[in-house]
Amino acid sequence: MQAVTREILINKAAELLGNGTVDRVFGWKKGEFSYDVTPALFTTREAMDADFVFGDFCGANFSKYLVAETRKEGKVLVFLKPCDTYSFNQLLTEHRFDREKVYVVGIPCSGMLDTVKIKAVAEGIASVEDNGDRVTVHSLFDGDVTVSRNDMLPDRCKNCKSKKHVAYDELIGEDGEVIDSGRFDEVEKLEKMTPDERFAFWQNELSRCIRCNACRDVCPACTCEKCVFDNPDSGVENKAAANSFEEKMFHIIRAFHVAGRCTDCGECSRVCPQHIPLHLLNRKFIKDINEFYGDYQAGAEVGSRAPLVNYTADDPEPAEAVERSHHDA
Amino acid sequence: MSMKNIENNNETYRPLIVAFCCNWCSYAGADLAGNNRLAYPADVKIIRVPCSCRVNPTFILRAFQRGADGVIICGCHPGDCHYTSGNYYTRRRMSLMFSMLDYLGIERERTRVEWVSAAEGAKFAATMNDFCETVAKLGKNKRLEDLRCKQ
Amino acid sequence: MRKISLDRINDLFAAIAAEFRLYLPVDTNGGARYEEWAEGKILSDELNTVRSAKDFFFPQTENLMDFKTEGKKIEIVDTRSETEDFVIFGVKACDVRSFDVLDRVFLAEPQDSFYKNRREHSLILSMACAKPHETCFCTTFGIDPSAPMGDIVCYKTEDALYMDAKTEKGAALLKKIESITVEDNGEAAEKQKKVIRERLEKLPLHNLTADRFGGDKTAEFFKAPEWKELSASCLGCGTCTFVCPTCQCYDIKDFNTGHGIKRFRCWDSCMYSEFTKMSAGQPRLTQLERFRQRFMHKLVYFPANNDGMFACVGCGRCLSKCPIQMNIVKVMKTLGKGEEKNV
Repeated sequence: MQAVTREILINKAAELLGNGTVDRVFGWKKGEFSYDVTPALFTTREAMDADFVFGDFCGANFSKYLVAETRKEGKVLVFLKPCDTYSFNQLLTEHRFDREKVYVVGIPCSGMLDTVKIKAVAEGIASVEDNGDRVTVHSLFDGDVTVSRNDMLPDRCKNCKSKKHVAYDELIGEDGEVIDSGRFDEVEKLEKMTPDERFAFWQNELSRCIRCNACRDVCPACTCEKCVFDNPDSGVENKAAANSFEEKMFHIIRAFHVAGRCTDCGECSRVCPQHIPLHLLNRKFIKDINEFYGDYQAGAEVGSRAPLVNYTADDPEPAEAVERSHHDA
Repeated sequence: MSMKNIENNNETYRPLIVAFCCNWCSYAGADLAGNNRLAYPADVKIIRVPCSCRVNPTFILRAFQRGADGVIICGCHPGDCHYTSGNYYTRRRMSLMFSMLDYLGIERERTRVEWVSAAEGAKFAATMNDFCETVAKLGKNKRLEDLRCKQ
Repeated sequence: MRKISLDRINDLFAAIAAEFRLYLPVDTNGGARYEEWAEGKILSDELNTVRSAKDFFFPQTENLMDFKTEGKKIEIVDTRSETEDFVIFGVKACDVRSFDVLDRVFLAEPQDSFYKNRREHSLILSMACAKPHETCFCTTFGIDPSAPMGDIVCYKTEDALYMDAKTEKGAALLKKIESITVEDNGEAAEKQKKVIRERLEKLPLHNLTADRFGGDKTAEFFKAPEWKELSASCLGCGTCTFVCPTCQCYDIKDFNTGHGIKRFRCWDSCMYSEFTKMSAGQPRLTQLERFRQRFMHKLVYFPANNDGMFACVGCGRCLSKCPIQMNIVKVMKTLGKGEEKNV
C-alpha cells in the first residue's frame, strides 16, 4: 500500500495552487478500471477532487513530460517518486528543461503493481484492493483472489534501486535510502549462459517486437526531437522491420544511445506490449560501466559527466573489457 | 600466419572484413604495409575515417548487415590521437558495444579494436592477417546478417 | 452441430492440419499469439491474442515485389507465392468482425490482390468468448461474442468443443472430420450462450454506446476543445494502431540490397511523426491532430464512407496496451459527454 494518500496530495496541490506557487498540476487521472490511470493536467481543486487518483497503478514516470510542460507559460507542480527523480536530474544535466518552471513534490513509493501480473490472477477484473502486504483482486465472475503484494510487483520495483529522492522542492513523508538491490542478477544469469543460449534467448525475445516504438517514446533518456529511426534520410530508418536484423539494430542502437544516461527507471519494459524485458539491455550497459569505469548512477546528481563522454588514460582495452564482463569462459 | 595458409584451410570461404582506419595513424600504417610489400588479405576493405571515434556503433551493425563477417577499428595509440582524445572515447564506446554484442550471443571474435601507428606497417599487416584468420575460423556471419542483402 | 471431447482436441487439430495449415493461439511469455499448429502445441486459454488476427491477411511486413538491376536494365520480379488454403482456429467475435472492416478497405475497387488472395484461401473457425474481460465492449458495435461469425463457430465448455458450420466451406471441413466427432443437439452451446450473455451484463463497458458518432459528425467533433486534453499525454507511439485489429494504414518502403531493390509494404501508424510525410512535410503537425485523426477515422470518417460501419470492434486491446491508458472508450465518453444507454 502506498504511504501517501490521494487526499494528502490533493491538499498539497490545492495549497500550492492557492498561494500562487504553481499554475497547474501534473498528476494522475482516474479511468474506467482501477488500473486505468492516465497522466493529466489539473488546474483547480475541484477538478482534482473529481478525477485525481493516486495508488498502486501510478507507475508512469512523469519526468519526460516536463520537457514539453516547461515550454508553456507558468509553473507546473509534479509529483515524483524516488526513481522518477533520477530521470529528472538526468534531464536537467542534459539541459532538457527549465528547472525554474517546475515545482517538485517528492512522494514515497512502496512499489507499483504490475497490471500484467494482476490480470494473470483473475479474468475480468472488477477492482483491486491493496491491504498492505496482500492484494485482493475482485473478479467480475469468479469472486475474490488474494495474493502477496510482493508477487504483483514488476521487476523494476522488486529490484528497486533507491527509495531516496535525489531532487525535490518539498518532500511528503520520510526520505528513504539507496538500496543494494539484486537488479543485476538477471543480467549475470544471461552472462553465464553460452553464446548460443544467449543468442536464442534474445532472438526469442526480440522476435516479438512489433516496432511500435513505445519503449523509445516513453523513455526519459530518449528526448531527441527527431529520432534517427524516424528519419527516412538517415539510412537506418527501418519501419518495414522486415527481419530479425532490424529488430536487433533498433534495440542495440537504442540501448547504446541511452547508455550512461539511462537511470534504469524500467519504463521501457513496463510499456512493451509484447513484454520484452528491454531493461535487461540497459542494465547490461549499466553493469559494464560500473565494472569498467567505476560505479556510476545516472541522475544521482545534476551535472555529473556521463561515462561515455568521459575517459581516463588507463581505461581497459575493449578486448580486455569484454573478457572481464564475461563469465562463461 | 600468411595469406597462403588461410587460403589452404578455407578454399571456398573467404571472410569479408571491414576495417575502419583513422586517417592519421592506421590508414598511414596500411599505406606503409603496402610500401613495404607486406601481404595481408585483399578481403580487408578499408574505410578511412577522420578519427577512430568517428565510428558510430550504427556503422558496425550496418557493415554486418551489408555482408561483413568481421569489423575491425584501427586508430592511433591512446595518448597519440591527432585530436588529443578521440581514441579514448572510441575505447570506451567499443568496450561497451562489443560487450553488448557478446551479451546478445554474437561471436565476440568478429569485432576488434587495434591501435596502429603510421610507423607500424608490419603491425597492420600482422593484425589483419590474424583477424582474417580468426574470422575465417568462425565462418560466415549468421547472427547479424540481413538476408535481404545476401543472394 | 458436431462435438468432440476436449481430451481428444489434439486429434482434431491433427486431422485439420493433415489437410491445411492450421494456426491457433498459443501462450508465449509475451502473451498469446497465433502460431502454426504442430504436435505438442497447446491451445491458449487466454481470452485473446496480443496481436490481432489481421496479421493473416494484412501482415506487418510483406515483400510486394523486387527490382533487379543489371546495367541499364531493370527486371521486375513478382515475389508472390501461391497461397494454399489455411485454417485459423479460435478467432473471437471482435476479430472476425474486423475482417469485414478490412474487406471494406482492401476489397473495394481497385482490389488489393495480395489481401484478396489470402482472404479467399482462409477458413475461419471462430470461438465464442466464455469469459469476456473488463476491457471488452464489442456489444457497443453490435457484435455478439456468444455467436461470432466465421465459417465454423465453436463453443468450448469444460469438457468438450462444439462446432457449428455457418458456410459451405465450413460444412465441407466438418464433413472431413466427421469420423472423430459426434453429432450434438446443440443444447450445451445454447446453455453457454446464455451464460455468456449474462456475463456481458456485468461488464463495466456494457452500456457504452456509439450512437453519438457516425459519418455525419465531422463538423460537430472536429473542432471539439476536448481533443486538447485527451491527446495531452499521448506519447505518439504506435502501440494502439499495431495491436488494433482494424487499423489498416500502411507505408511502402524500398530497401536497397546492394544489388537491387526490395519493395515492402509495412504497417504505419497515424500516431507517428513521419506518417504520410511528403516533400512538404507531414500534414498533421501536432500530436493533437494525429491523435484526433485516429479516433475521427474510426468513429466518423470510416462510417461516412462505409455505410455507417464503425472501424472499431471493441476488442479492448488498446485499453490494455496503451502505455498511458488513453483509448477510444475515453474519447467516446468525453466527446459523447458520458452518454450511455439507459440501463
